Amino acid sequence: MLHQELARRRDPMWRWERPLLREISMYAQGLNQSDPAAVTASPEAARFQARIDAEDKIEPNDWMPEAYRRTLIRQISQHAHSEIIGMLPEGNWITRAPSLRRKAALLAKVQDEGGHGLYLYAAAETLGVTREDLVDQLLAGKAKYSSIFNYPTLTWADIGAIGWLVDGAAIMNQIPLCRCSFGPYARAMIRVCKEESFHQRQGYEIMLTLCRGTAEQKAMAQDALDRWWWPCLMMFGPPDAASQHSDTSMMWKIKRFTNDGLRQKFIDATVPQGHYLGLSFPDPALRLNPESGHWEHGPIDWEEFRRVVAGGGFCAADRLDARRRAHDEGTWVREAAAAFAAKRTARKEAA
Amino acid sequence: MVTTSITVDDTGFLRLVLARADDALVLGHRLSEWCGHAPILEEDLSLANIALDLIGQARSLYALAGAASGHDEDQLAYLRDDRQYRNLLMLEQPNGDFACTIARLFLYSAYIDPYWRMLATSGSELAPVAAKAAKESAYHLRHSAEWLIRLGDGTAESHRRAQDALERLFPWTGEMFEPLPDDVAVPVAVWDAQVDAVLAEATLARPAPKWQQTGGRAGRHSEHLGHLLAEMQHLQRAFPGATW
Amino acid sequence: MSTPATPIWEVFIRSRSGLAHRHVGSVHAADATLALQAARDVYTRRGEGLSLWVVPSSAIVASDPADKEMMFEPTGSKIYRHPTFYEVPDEVGHM
Repeated sequence: MLHQELARRRDPMWRWERPLLREISMYAQGLNQSDPAAVTASPEAARFQARIDAEDKIEPNDWMPEAYRRTLIRQISQHAHSEIIGMLPEGNWITRAPSLRRKAALLAKVQDEGGHGLYLYAAAETLGVTREDLVDQLLAGKAKYSSIFNYPTLTWADIGAIGWLVDGAAIMNQIPLCRCSFGPYARAMIRVCKEESFHQRQGYEIMLTLCRGTAEQKAMAQDALDRWWWPCLMMFGPPDAASQHSDTSMMWKIKRFTNDGLRQKFIDATVPQGHYLGLSFPDPALRLNPESGHWEHGPIDWEEFRRVVAGGGFCAADRLDARRRAHDEGTWVREAAAAFAAKRTARKEAA
Repeated sequence: MVTTSITVDDTGFLRLVLARADDALVLGHRLSEWCGHAPILEEDLSLANIALDLIGQARSLYALAGAASGHDEDQLAYLRDDRQYRNLLMLEQPNGDFACTIARLFLYSAYIDPYWRMLATSGSELAPVAAKAAKESAYHLRHSAEWLIRLGDGTAESHRRAQDALERLFPWTGEMFEPLPDDVAVPVAVWDAQVDAVLAEATLARPAPKWQQTGGRAGRHSEHLGHLLAEMQHLQRAFPGATW
Repeated sequence: MSTPATPIWEVFIRSRSGLAHRHVGSVHAADATLALQAARDVYTRRGEGLSLWVVPSSAIVASDPADKEMMFEPTGSKIYRHPTFYEVPDEVGHM
């Protein structure tokens, strides 16, 4: 509901919102945030959980546990940052796209990602934070984003591989989020999923064209799959046994499938697509288990994952530098727009 | 034997179409460089929309040129050398800062918007493309004008940057009025009126008239176009004849 | 130094003639003109709209969730406002 979303925005008009927020924070201080039992300890918390269990949607001004709010702010803002940082590796090829058709499609796709970041920041803002603060945290290196975007795009085939694999993995992850218990996040994801439906097809079409092209082009496609396959599997996050946030997120229906469950779904969907292209996967252990019907994979290098998440990714410094430069070089523009708006208001009042 | 470059004997109709197509492609390419780097997230999307409009215009025009030259849109865009490109010199200049990007878009849109509208009703073979392009250029003009007004009448810094951008760009604007074969001509007074009205609102001064640069329509470009094309055409040149 | 906040605007789109404007999301913009252009560029990229409204978020007055019972529950018992409350014999046909 609109009015509920709006009311969370920082504005003195919502005077009732502030005492409410304070109350929640105080209440939350005494809780062990990661303990599912503790967050249902109060009557409000029990009512809240009952609504979640009944598949009711939580709206911004409804009572919610502080840990739920914080989990959502963290997850939605990381998701938003990932969209914005995610513009950069693909943006790297907009000026080099090899045909006008590809150029237009890629530009539209990267632009969409900017739009998705915008929708997600707006969803996070309903929880009482500002986009500006979230962006400042990203630029200060204090916020995380998906580590996949710290890998470089080296050839045109990487644009195909990103659309096919990275967007494929993202869609796998995002479709269940359309049913997330938090209304604004779920609504943003519905819009994102609708718009993203062309992204994966765009990528697969690039791969298909390369695989049907010259030997050099096919080698380019294979090389891209070799480099992107494992990082894509890591996108689903650490194995369930090691994941910190899964239990409470599942209980709150922010998350509906486990990391391992989504990863398996992705592999099962993707492997036949790769074989159709005539490509091989860089995993000698990959085999179809005839009994379960699932593709089994070899061990994932979680050491690499941890290193990239901790900022050791190939392009981590480049990505943040690019965003900082855009932000810093945009300061005078934002100041100009604000100054002009203030002047216009003053003129109107004087008239 | 694969030919890596093509030359088009662009007299008459082809000269006109390629000039307009190259303008749209080169400016669209420059604007696409902003994607992911704009000063405001909302503006990132706006600039990409404008770039997409321009690339779309270029494709429609290359399709017409293709029918006359026997080359498809990608051959025309990716396999002509810079001496074969017919775009305006102003449009190939690097983006510079946001003020420079906006000022260029405004100065060009203030010309091309009335141009497309005149052409749309002229009976030209380009009229259908012009009718569609006119709707797009009307928005480009409005968007760039609104920003130029804010930059000019914003802060001291934004005013200085906007004024610098105008000083830098004005010597390239005369080239827009050079006649092309079988073309309609936008009266300079129409452009002047549009530009002067917006500059007045933006509290910006119109640069004093001085020499005007020329050469783009004849394929004599600045050094920047070669780099732009080297980047844009890289894959088509590196893998001749491949399909993408 | 933290980045100053830009005003938020709520965006409403009429997607077809005959339909009401519907809330679709929000944009950040320094003034109304930029907000309208941002709304156009962000929310109508796929032909979603025929008409756009932007409204400053701060101009919207919302009901307080704490008043939910007082505001919305009393209406629940007014079942005589619904057509199914009244009995009309089947022979009369659709009414």
